[in-house]
Amino acid sequence: MIAELGHFALITAFILSLAQGVLPLFGAARGNSATMLIAPAAAISVALAVAFSFGALVWGFITSDFSLALVANHSHSTKPMIYKISGTWGNHEGSLLLWILILAIYGGVMALGGSAMPIALKARILAVQGMVTTGFLAFSLFTSNPFLRLANIPLDGKGLNPILQDPGLAIHPPMLYLGYVGLSMAFAFAVAALITGEVDRLWAKWMRPWIMAAWCALTCGIALGSWWAYYELGWGGWWFWDPVENASLMPWLAATALLHSAIVVEKRGQLKSWTVLLAIMAFSLSLVGTFIVRSGLLTSVHSFASDPARGVFVLAILLFAVGIPLALYAWRGPQLVTAADFTLTSREGGLIANNMLLIVATAIVLLGTFYPLGLEMVTGARITVGPPYFDATFNPVMALLMVFMAIGPVMAWRRGQTARLRPVLICAAAGAGIIALAGSSLAFGFSIGSLAALGLIGWLSAGIGADIWQQLKPNDTASIGARAKRIPNDVIGMWVAHFGVVIFMLGAVGDNLFNSEQVVRAKPGDVIQIADRKVTFTGVKQVEGPNYQALAAQLEYHDEDGRLFALLTPEKRVYNAERQTTTEAAIRPTLRGDDYAVLGDGDNKIGYTLRLYYKPLVSWIWGGAVIMALGGLIAAFGRQRAATKQSSLPQNAASALSTSDGGA
Amino acid sequence: MMIATGLWRTHILIGLVLLNMAIGLVFISATTTPAYAITAEEMLANPVLEERARNLSKQLRCLVCQNQSIDDSDADLARDLRREVRSQIAAGTSDGAIIDQLRAKYGDYVLLNPPLDQATLFLWLSPLGFILLGGLIVMMARRQRGAAIATELDAAERARIEKMLASRDSENRPKT
Repeated sequence: MIAELGHFALITAFILSLAQGVLPLFGAARGNSATMLIAPAAAISVALAVAFSFGALVWGFITSDFSLALVANHSHSTKPMIYKISGTWGNHEGSLLLWILILAIYGGVMALGGSAMPIALKARILAVQGMVTTGFLAFSLFTSNPFLRLANIPLDGKGLNPILQDPGLAIHPPMLYLGYVGLSMAFAFAVAALITGEVDRLWAKWMRPWIMAAWCALTCGIALGSWWAYYELGWGGWWFWDPVENASLMPWLAATALLHSAIVVEKRGQLKSWTVLLAIMAFSLSLVGTFIVRSGLLTSVHSFASDPARGVFVLAILLFAVGIPLALYAWRGPQLVTAADFTLTSREGGLIANNMLLIVATAIVLLGTFYPLGLEMVTGARITVGPPYFDATFNPVMALLMVFMAIGPVMAWRRGQTARLRPVLICAAAGAGIIALAGSSLAFGFSIGSLAALGLIGWLSAGIGADIWQQLKPNDTASIGARAKRIPNDVIGMWVAHFGVVIFMLGAVGDNLFNSEQVVRAKPGDVIQIADRKVTFTGVKQVEGPNYQALAAQLEYHDEDGRLFALLTPEKRVYNAERQTTTEAAIRPTLRGDDYAVLGDGDNKIGYTLRLYYKPLVSWIWGGAVIMALGGLIAAFGRQRAATKQSSLPQNAASALSTSDGGA
Repeated sequence: MMIATGLWRTHILIGLVLLNMAIGLVFISATTTPAYAITAEEMLANPVLEERARNLSKQLRCLVCQNQSIDDSDADLARDLRREVRSQIAAGTSDGAIIDQLRAKYGDYVLLNPPLDQATLFLWLSPLGFILLGGLIVMMARRQRGAAIATELDAAERARIEKMLASRDSENRPKT
């Protein structure tokens, strides 16, 4: 009964979102405010209807209602409650419904807020958002209905893929979708602007918090996915250049470019046309990502069950979502072009370099991901484009981007150099030299790549540090405290986010250069030396999990002085319902580095295969990503404080101040 | 003079940051040990040869896996390939010859690093092409729009800055 209500709610949402997508556009075109006001009302109703529908599906999973095909195929009565709930989106139909839920919530939040915006702009944005929602609701209802009943109700479900039974899965998809789907807001802003052909600084100001929110969520979502792969797959790696990882990286790169170019529109009213195009591109890449995952075109652990009809449907959505805006862009785009009033050696120039490099990086990932597919279709030849390709092409572009990251923020708007530039350049160069030299003298056999990475860490950290100091150091009129108070939050957010990149790089370089690994066949009582630790293997224990049996190796970690500091118990699990075996790595994460242990096959007679790693600084990789996201939040959040402060100033001075001072 | 003093102080600050990092580097480099084989029985006794085998393994795709090198994979085929690589290395075959053999047997599909040939020319040249294209587009966009940028401030702008500075100063004055 509840499932039928959920299904009904989903159909209601579809009809309402169709109304949300069409009617407000007519209202906005005719200036009829009653019709325009349908948009927020419909958006809120759609959000409520989809939320009810999603709730009904979750309820089916919680109560293990195996008369629902989806629950019977993807759940099991003995699963712990958290995995029953998270199992709702551990399959195609459910994760699509989650995607729609987030899309509808974004629409609802937009409908409730945005009171400062012109009613026509808001109506158009919600209409575009409504069209996207309509497309995905149709996708769900016509090809992937989560509420189908079974005629013969099984006694129990088939269970959930054990490697997806993990706390990481509970939060990784919702977080990633918050990012992917959040970009639909930027897309809606862009299309709404193309309909009228008007883009101004306020438009960018209203759009930026949405981009920021999406970007922060996407950053965290990707980091969570990488972290999950690190501890769940048991290889100790954290990025594999897997097509699905690439699918999330591409929108992230485009969104990063977008949030920087939106700054130029907001502060200077330049790059309007480009920013609109970028917003369309960023969301299109989100859709490409969904297409890759859902179509089964490029298979991986994420493509739960693939079906050609679904792939075709996503492709159709993609064509509409890219084709119509691009046609609009061809018509309206030229109208948005402004005469450039800046030199290339200015803040704008730096941000253009940022955008260009990020888009080149996106193009490289796109090409590398699809090239094997295209080549096979054209010539029949099968090739693999693996990590070495991306290391050779993507990394240098990102390295170049990091060079600009230290310089760009100290350039002035419009006309280039500032007094701050020279000292920052000197510091950054010194930092690069010292870290690269110190690094290479401390360890032999450094590759050019790792030397460059170390140099960049020095360059960027010293550059940021010098910039912060020059903006904080006391001068004739103000003390440190007074100067700190005057720095807008978006500048602080920028420092934090850019510093997150340094932390991320340290983690990546630390793990890459100093990772130690021991693979042994050990019998109970054996002692294994790894890094400066002595690990005693005392044997294995049988462990009874809620829905699995496990064999757990007991590993006592001793430091150099022989003190016991940790007990790690990597497991091999057999899941009863799914009849699958998984290895659970045991990890002791610390800031200095992670101890990582994996149990392989074996028995007490011949011994067990043990894989032990010590991974210095590896958790800084995800820490850096979190710091980046935090910087984004500070920047998005702080804009309001800066705005209230400026409102006390005379109008001209306020806008002039934001032009000269602000910006990330 | 102000700038010079500021620069000096900046150096100290950055120096501290760097010193901190250098200490971190000393610490992590002290914990370095050479890496060993993927499972104990497979590994070669000679660490130099084993290192070569590991490097080769990372460049070879596990043919039956989604997207893994044979170094990462637990699949039987990956293990067979690892053994193949190690027996070849032990027999004194060069890295290039081993790659060539596997390539002849399994095709380019086995190589994670796509070799440069007619089929991959576009793949390998494109990144450079993207950069050049990007630069070209920026240049053309600027030329087309006929950007005329004054490098000096004009009188109106000067006046605006004076006004701005004045309002800033009044903002900084302590409230009484």
